[in-house]
Amino acid sequence: MRVEQIAVFLENKSGRLAEITAILADNGINIRALSVADTADFGILRLIVDKVELAKTVLKENGFTVGKTNVLAVEVPDRTGGLATVLKSIEEAGLNVEYMYAFVNKTGENAVLIFRFEEMDKAIASLQQGGFTLLSGEQICAL
Amino acid sequence: MTTLFWEEEIETLPRVGLESIQLRRLKHLVTRVYATVEPYRRKMDAAGIKPGDIQTLADLQKLPFTYKDDLRDNYPFGLFTVPLDDVVRVHASSGTTGKPTVVGYTKKDIETWAGLMARALTCAGAHRGDMVHNAYGYGLFTGGLGAHYGAECLGATVIPVSGGNTKRQITIMQDFGSTVLLSTPSYALNLAEAMDAMGVDPASLSLRVGIFGAEPWSENMREEVEKKLNIKAVDIYGLSEVIGPGVAMECLQTRGGMHVFEDHFLPEIIDPDTGEVLPPGEKGELVFTTLTKEAFPVIRYRTKDISRLFYEPCPCGRTLVRMEKVTGRTDDMLIIRGVNVFPSQIEHVLVGIEGVEPHYQIVVEREGNLDTMQVRVEVSEEIFSDEIRVLENLAKRIKIEIKDLLGVTCSVKLVEPKTIQRSEGKAQRVIDNRKI
Repeated sequence: MRVEQIAVFLENKSGRLAEITAILADNGINIRALSVADTADFGILRLIVDKVELAKTVLKENGFTVGKTNVLAVEVPDRTGGLATVLKSIEEAGLNVEYMYAFVNKTGENAVLIFRFEEMDKAIASLQQGGFTLLSGEQICAL
Repeated sequence: MTTLFWEEEIETLPRVGLESIQLRRLKHLVTRVYATVEPYRRKMDAAGIKPGDIQTLADLQKLPFTYKDDLRDNYPFGLFTVPLDDVVRVHASSGTTGKPTVVGYTKKDIETWAGLMARALTCAGAHRGDMVHNAYGYGLFTGGLGAHYGAECLGATVIPVSGGNTKRQITIMQDFGSTVLLSTPSYALNLAEAMDAMGVDPASLSLRVGIFGAEPWSENMREEVEKKLNIKAVDIYGLSEVIGPGVAMECLQTRGGMHVFEDHFLPEIIDPDTGEVLPPGEKGELVFTTLTKEAFPVIRYRTKDISRLFYEPCPCGRTLVRMEKVTGRTDDMLIIRGVNVFPSQIEHVLVGIEGVEPHYQIVVEREGNLDTMQVRVEVSEEIFSDEIRVLENLAKRIKIEIKDLLGVTCSVKLVEPKTIQRSEGKAQRVIDNRKI
């Protein structure tokens, strides 16, 4: 139920994001979701793509520092309170969220929440128990 | 009226007389060191030299050099020539790989040093009755205590204010009537700036002269300090391995090169590549042999400082040779706010943190009057994380460990791989943008 995410280190200088997306496009890699976290000095680009290994290889070849981590993708109905329900359940389970971001799928019916937890196993168990739908990497790419 | 000399006879001795004192002391030193310090004896044996071979001052050239590495290899006390019971003080300076280099003093060494600092202060026109504002750092660094004992020996009043807390320093200058300032030249400019901000007119102070050392400075800086603080600025030279401050001192009258206190320290200028002694007046690496130190003498110590010795008579009347302001280094040592920093020390910290040799670069700037150091570290896969917190903690840890090791605050910037310029495959470790 884990989804592989790649993370790329970015210095805060212009054109880096454009460069990365161009490299991915040239290699026929489709970005399903992304988020950028940044500080005054640097940023971290987090990506969910359809071809994880290829993306990692081509970015490394182009001199980027790339990491791979597992995240969880939770599907919720795209309506008011959708995120709130999940977060409430997470809070009750005492889980610590390292970071999260979200996107809405093509049909617009569901939203997908990407979570990185400190304790992933505990998070999986707890979310499943709470009746939430966890998506696999393949499922995300098929959306 | 100002006394011109502390020890007039020796300071103005004709060269022949001075050289005979030097030779006598040198012979005694070599005999004693050979008999008491095994590493020196081994080196001399390897070079096929016995103490009896030293018959003239020129014979000094037969002796092997002593390097900073020798101090490190014999850390901490291996090169002391007296039992520790006779050592009344130790000082230490930063070493190149984390371990400091340790020097020791007997009671008599401390007296010698104080006398030499008193001589240096007199050379700068200081005297009994002066209020000596000593802003050199106190502690393991020789600057603070060295100058302190000298000023006391002189009979002046010492204000052991040490570094930092600039506003308080200025208040003290106003209230106590500081007349002589000892600090790094950049700190003097910093004081001037703070005075300006506080609305204190330097002309309203009693400051008359500043004795500046411990970092490189130029004639332009001298002019600036003199103008901004309304004082005369003179240069002092010293290093802990030789004794500390008080190895050479510029005279107030001439302010053109520092008189080396040759009756205690024998200077040579050598070609750093071949080790050959260069003729008088030529530029090269400064090498010192201590003639009178008891606990920690050095023979032909390679300072790695670039200078020049000139024997032209000085209008002040001193016959002691003058050395030019140090104009560079033969190694990659940086001096940041008076603290010696070797790129290898930064590397040592980084390797210790991640267990891998990272790519890094040190960028030094002079902002206002203070040096700033930024350490750029390339983010490799080993240290990369998808969490901001982890990377920020890493940068913070590097900063703290550098501060712990060197005593210098730096900023740490994480950069993308391959952003640090590499020339001929070798990374350019230091970018020094300071215009001194």
